[in-house]
Amino acid sequence: MDDRIKKTLAVWKFASCDGCQLSVLDLEDELLALAEQLEIAYFIEASSTAVAGPYDVSLVEGSITTLHDVERIRAIRASSRTLITIGACATAGGIQALRNFADVEEFTRVVYASPDYISTLATSTPISTHVMVDFELNGCPINKHQLLEVISAHLNRRRPRVRAHSVCVECKRRGTVCVMVARGTACLGPVTHAGCGAICPAYNRGCYGCYGPKETPNTASLDAWSGLEQRDLVRVYRTFNAGADAFKQASEGHERT
Amino acid sequence: MSGPSRTRIIRTDYLARVEGEGAMYVKLDAGGVSEVKLRLYEPPRFFEAFLRGRSFTEVPDITARICGICPIAYQMSSARAVENACGVRIDDGPIRDLRRLVYCGEWIESHSLHVYMLHAPDFLGYSSAIEMARDHREIVEQGLEMKKAGNALVAQIGGREVHPINVRVGGFYRAPTRAELRALIDPLERAREIALATVRWTSTLPFPDVELEPEHVALADPDRYPIDRGRIVSDRGLDIEPGEFDEHFVEEHVEHSTALHARLRERGSYLTGPLARYSLGSGVLCPLAREAAAAAGLGATCRNPFQSIVVRAVELVHAADEALALIDAYEQPDASAVEVQPRRAVGHGATEAPRGMLYHRYEIDDDGTILDARIVPPTSQNQRAIEEDLRAVVERSLELSDEELTLRCEQAIRNHDPCISCSTHFLDLTVDRDRARTGPNPQ
Repeated sequence: MDDRIKKTLAVWKFASCDGCQLSVLDLEDELLALAEQLEIAYFIEASSTAVAGPYDVSLVEGSITTLHDVERIRAIRASSRTLITIGACATAGGIQALRNFADVEEFTRVVYASPDYISTLATSTPISTHVMVDFELNGCPINKHQLLEVISAHLNRRRPRVRAHSVCVECKRRGTVCVMVARGTACLGPVTHAGCGAICPAYNRGCYGCYGPKETPNTASLDAWSGLEQRDLVRVYRTFNAGADAFKQASEGHERT
Repeated sequence: MSGPSRTRIIRTDYLARVEGEGAMYVKLDAGGVSEVKLRLYEPPRFFEAFLRGRSFTEVPDITARICGICPIAYQMSSARAVENACGVRIDDGPIRDLRRLVYCGEWIESHSLHVYMLHAPDFLGYSSAIEMARDHREIVEQGLEMKKAGNALVAQIGGREVHPINVRVGGFYRAPTRAELRALIDPLERAREIALATVRWTSTLPFPDVELEPEHVALADPDRYPIDRGRIVSDRGLDIEPGEFDEHFVEEHVEHSTALHARLRERGSYLTGPLARYSLGSGVLCPLAREAAAAAGLGATCRNPFQSIVVRAVELVHAADEALALIDAYEQPDASAVEVQPRRAVGHGATEAPRGMLYHRYEIDDDGTILDARIVPPTSQNQRAIEEDLRAVVERSLELSDEELTLRCEQAIRNHDPCISCSTHFLDLTVDRDRARTGPNPQ
């Protein structure tokens, strides 16, 4: 295909562990074919060549935690036709959103001897707090096959086939016996967004919610079933998607009681 | 350079082909290199702060999120540290073997990524592996194939490649069956062949003639190449238990970086990672890796950071070979984990992440609540050594143009495979030469 008519892809990073953008490079079987279908115009972790925008598709990893990054995401939005957030940091603020429930100055003092050198916002917020987002792909980390589906759907102007039902449905499809029913293991599967393939129950542990809330989650009902103490319920909702609305409300509810 | 050079500034504001956000700044004046800064500006994420108040059982899942490239390293160091606090030792038997096995998978995945996708393009003059693939498709494809084998191993034992879910304090949630592991033999045998070819290929790359003298620090594990445990040793006489870390190492906060700088209290900067591991442990590499290293012209030690690509390839041979041996000997254990009861104590854990030694320390309460956490990743330990390395490389390369020198400096940094996401609690590179006033000013 002629370079001039290839669509362009850019990959951007904000506060994150790099794991979701690494998922692009983890597409070992598809990466070179993907690079033939579209031009990877900006991907600083993989290439020292940066092609100027505008870009057809921007993948954004990470959350917004500095004033400089607030400006940067606005500039990226302005130069992107389609903006897709990848992963829990970009869609919900990530694990670093735990600062939203604490005193960030205290946090800085715990980690850094000279807090004056550190400039950071008091909150970690998802990309959608700052700019319009065209599609959000959940997961900590994202599923690379879902990522491929989302990219290909946008290139072909169709809706991505990414289901918003719960992890429970994936367990049933996988044939995994319910860990909560059969063993009494606490599991966030009923309220958690599908996409991982229900890995945890297949490895004898309960889901810990790394894909964030599913559509219409009933956390109150699940929590009554779980047998967990309030303190532990606060902990289970305060991990990688602590800033996602349904999980945030659940943890705050348990904190008050 | 034409004309009498006054100030030259060599800088890169956003380093490419490293993990995370960093920049480089080097300033040269009439007297030589006057300033070298590796600036890590990745925003801080405060892991040590929000670990306080969490349960000791949550630590491996949470600390994995520090780094998407080496989550197993974080899970292993943290699990060891928590177990150490609770008085549990897992120093042999099937759980330890499974830990080494999944760690071999991470080394294969991470080293393949660095050798083929981040580092090799420097030597061959490409901006990326994807561009390199246009001329050298087979080479890139074999790198990807080896990487995939490492990822498959991590995913089989860990549940998935990035942020595996199967590692817990005390062992694993589920031990794989023998059949599940045996399915990995073919891809790992192929990975071992590719790794051997990678040693041969990388040894023919053009290396600048540089020998540097940082103190090498690595774990030492009797009779085994250091991966999952060991004493902390150096080539200048250091030989301590991980629990003595604080007596010998100190972390400092410098203004230009969001990663803390670590140094040895008595002697200052040091280097951890493949060069240090190889130089201290080449004698306990598997025979196949030793032979490959010798055939590639490596001695018992290696002090040229540009040759780290060869050393990583040698470690790839070792990791694939050891993984195959572990799978061959594997019998599924009755229990996939040992029980760990919390108690009020402090625990330490150190393992060898692909980029070097990773130290964790936790103070926990009687009910298992984390009271205090400290995490010292390899890149923050190496920051100072990388800056010194940059200085030495620039001093030997003054005849290069600014553009060439910038590239050389970036390469000097990539030699160490810095992981900035990890170290921030950390990277930014610019070269400032007091340059000829007549020259173009990049600023």
